[in-house]
Amino acid sequence: MAAFAWALLAMMIAGGDALAQAAGGGMVGAPQPWGMGLQPSGGPIKDAISSFNTLVFWIIVAITIFVFLLLVYVVLKFRAEVNPNPSRTSHNTLLEVAWTVIPVLILVVIAIPSFRLIYYQDRAVDADLTINVQGRQWYWHYAYPDHGNFTFDSYPVQTADLQPGQIRNLDVDNPLVIPVGATVRILTTGQDVIHSFFVPSLGVQKYTIPGRTMETWMRADRAGTFYGQCNQICGVNHWFMPIVVRAVPQAEFQAWAEQAKTRFAEGLPPGPVPALAAAPAAPTLNVAEARR
Amino acid sequence: MATAAHDAPHGSHDHHDHTPSFVNRWLFSTNHKDIGTLYIGFSLIAAIVGIGLSLLMRMELQQPGMQIFADGQMWNAYVSAHGLIMVFFVIMPALIGGFGNWFVPIMIGAPDMAFPRMNNISFWLLVPAFLMLGSSLFIGGGAGAGWTIYPPLSDDTYQSGPAMDMALFGLHLAGASSILGAANFITTIFNMRAPGMTLHKMPLFVWSMLVTAFLLLLAVPVLAGAITMLITDRNFGTAFFDPAGGGDPVLFQHLFWFFGHPEVYIMILPAFGIVSHVISTFSKKPIFGYLGMAYAMVAIGVVGFIVWAHHMYTSGMDVDTRAYFMAATMVIAVPTGIKIFSWIATMWGGSLTLNTPMLFAIGFIFLFTVGGVTGVVLANAGITQILHNTYYVVGHFHYVLSLGAVYGIYCGIYYWMGKMSGRQYDEKLGKIHFWLTFVGVNLTFFPMHFLGNQGMPRRYPDYPDAFWGWNLVASIGSYISVAAFLFFFYVLWHTLTKGAKAAANPWGEGATTLEWQVSSPPPFHTFDELPRIR
Repeated sequence: MAAFAWALLAMMIAGGDALAQAAGGGMVGAPQPWGMGLQPSGGPIKDAISSFNTLVFWIIVAITIFVFLLLVYVVLKFRAEVNPNPSRTSHNTLLEVAWTVIPVLILVVIAIPSFRLIYYQDRAVDADLTINVQGRQWYWHYAYPDHGNFTFDSYPVQTADLQPGQIRNLDVDNPLVIPVGATVRILTTGQDVIHSFFVPSLGVQKYTIPGRTMETWMRADRAGTFYGQCNQICGVNHWFMPIVVRAVPQAEFQAWAEQAKTRFAEGLPPGPVPALAAAPAAPTLNVAEARR
Repeated sequence: MATAAHDAPHGSHDHHDHTPSFVNRWLFSTNHKDIGTLYIGFSLIAAIVGIGLSLLMRMELQQPGMQIFADGQMWNAYVSAHGLIMVFFVIMPALIGGFGNWFVPIMIGAPDMAFPRMNNISFWLLVPAFLMLGSSLFIGGGAGAGWTIYPPLSDDTYQSGPAMDMALFGLHLAGASSILGAANFITTIFNMRAPGMTLHKMPLFVWSMLVTAFLLLLAVPVLAGAITMLITDRNFGTAFFDPAGGGDPVLFQHLFWFFGHPEVYIMILPAFGIVSHVISTFSKKPIFGYLGMAYAMVAIGVVGFIVWAHHMYTSGMDVDTRAYFMAATMVIAVPTGIKIFSWIATMWGGSLTLNTPMLFAIGFIFLFTVGGVTGVVLANAGITQILHNTYYVVGHFHYVLSLGAVYGIYCGIYYWMGKMSGRQYDEKLGKIHFWLTFVGVNLTFFPMHFLGNQGMPRRYPDYPDAFWGWNLVASIGSYISVAAFLFFFYVLWHTLTKGAKAAANPWGEGATTLEWQVSSPPPFHTFDELPRIR
């Protein structure tokens, strides 16, 4: 059966979190051609999601194969040609209790790590910095209240203006810049309609809703570029308001923030940020690893 | 369709069995079987539109870039119309209005529905509702806020012009139709069962319709309230969902999903009922664990009302609230598992014949399992943090609806085709249709899980090039699915014009419910005297 072949194919991609490396160094969190599994992990939240997802994935694959095999067995063994006299059995208390209790136990196995995960994801403990994220039709507006409260807009790069190495429909003029290894508190607010701040490789997503301020957090443990897209229907250009998060070493971040403060205050037109040109060359650094 | 034949010997001297003229019969109809036929015909026409929209969407998504859609607004309007049409005008009319009207009265030994005239208005409200929604596509930019019509995007600021109001009014009419239909079913099932037909002897399809009718009666008014507030926000200066006036967009999400989650069970429960009958018939065995099956549906219905906010994990709810909705959602897997295993246990030890309805029923069990287990994944708010609104979700709900509920419809049509039309379908054609559909829909929807894992958001007319591969596969699958759908019309035509005359019971000893004891098609008035159930 076709679906079974698909299931087998899906099995092969379990935990397929191969790290994508950019040519210039630093990881890239972006979709891959013919990719099947989750995007590579850029930080601890996504690591936690990935490992929990792998657990659930194998459980559901096992259940699906079990049901499939039962169906195949039943169809082969109890066809009219093979088994012309049907039984009249319509009750078996033990069986009925079993297929009620065993799924409950499986759900408990899933639920325990699942609860742990959502409480871990919920809020930053001892955040190193806060960034305000606002979705607008159709660009992102970011503010850094801990660094002089400078703000800037992040627009998508039109296809005609793409530089070599930039990704169509994913790259932006001014990326969101964060320090590697820093716990970043994200506060989302809305202005016009609902948008969703969604960066899969950092394991973060939150709606930006008018009239509300909502909190979530993220941390990139590896230097690199992490792509996302608006993930709540928001009008004509819903498909064209990508997100780019660039994680750079602390020193570079400080330099960038200093410069950004004056640069964006003067309302300079969007363009490549000088400090960022160096960012892709930064060595891959796993701060969580280094801290131990 | 062919009851005229029955009319001849009786019509002149027995006015109770008189078949009315065409206009009286099809426009002013009060006969549950005729209204059921109208519903099924309506559903097929709406399906041409709904599937046509999805074909255009898949053609657009076949490669990156904007091909056939003018802009995102047009795309959004088509996406929204596809969803609303498939839910309100294809699946619900076929399963509830169609098979429900046809077979609930016959299965419980009732002469007709409790309120035949209300039954008529239930159907005829659907037609203007569909015209309202369908024509909204051509007014201005259409109603492009997704089928979930979240404000502020659905407000007059962002969807100006009458298109959104027409869509909302269409939903109101469809909702009124559903509420009236639900009241009719509940009254019929509770009050018009033949002597001896106790609740615990009722066929499972009737049980499924009873639970469905309660879900409709309790859920649809909530939607009606929500869209009324949206209409007044748009047109009369209120601010229920506008933060600038003290309102709250998230309130709409709660109201919508308080309706929207039971709605998905409204679509799947009747399919559960049909599949139970088909599995039992073609296994020549009574259904395994009848009471467990009936109360599993009741449990799904009840729990279905307290899980709505699992659609809103990223809407900023408190983490403890998310934890509750996560736990409640996972609980639904238990009664669903009971049903899956009971169907398999029904087949176990049986004597299976793999006719087309049985193929669709077995296909249903497997594909619904696939859709069900991805539902377990999505129940976990932790994972849904990065799967919410992605194609993983689109894959999941098309597995349970496009492959679940639609398989239920096909299953029912093949199972009851002979009963309803008096002519039996051609087995070979039916099997070709099954396999074409099976290959097509799996090829369409399975790759969507990969796209979702990779982070492709839904409702995108254009996407980063990395998503091309699986989108191409899905589009090819959709072309096969559409070919299968067209082939189904050929099967229908073939059956109605060339099909062999159907016996009262073409399926043999396995078919035990009352509809198989009356002729095919049943007389205009099914029972001259009430059957007695021992």
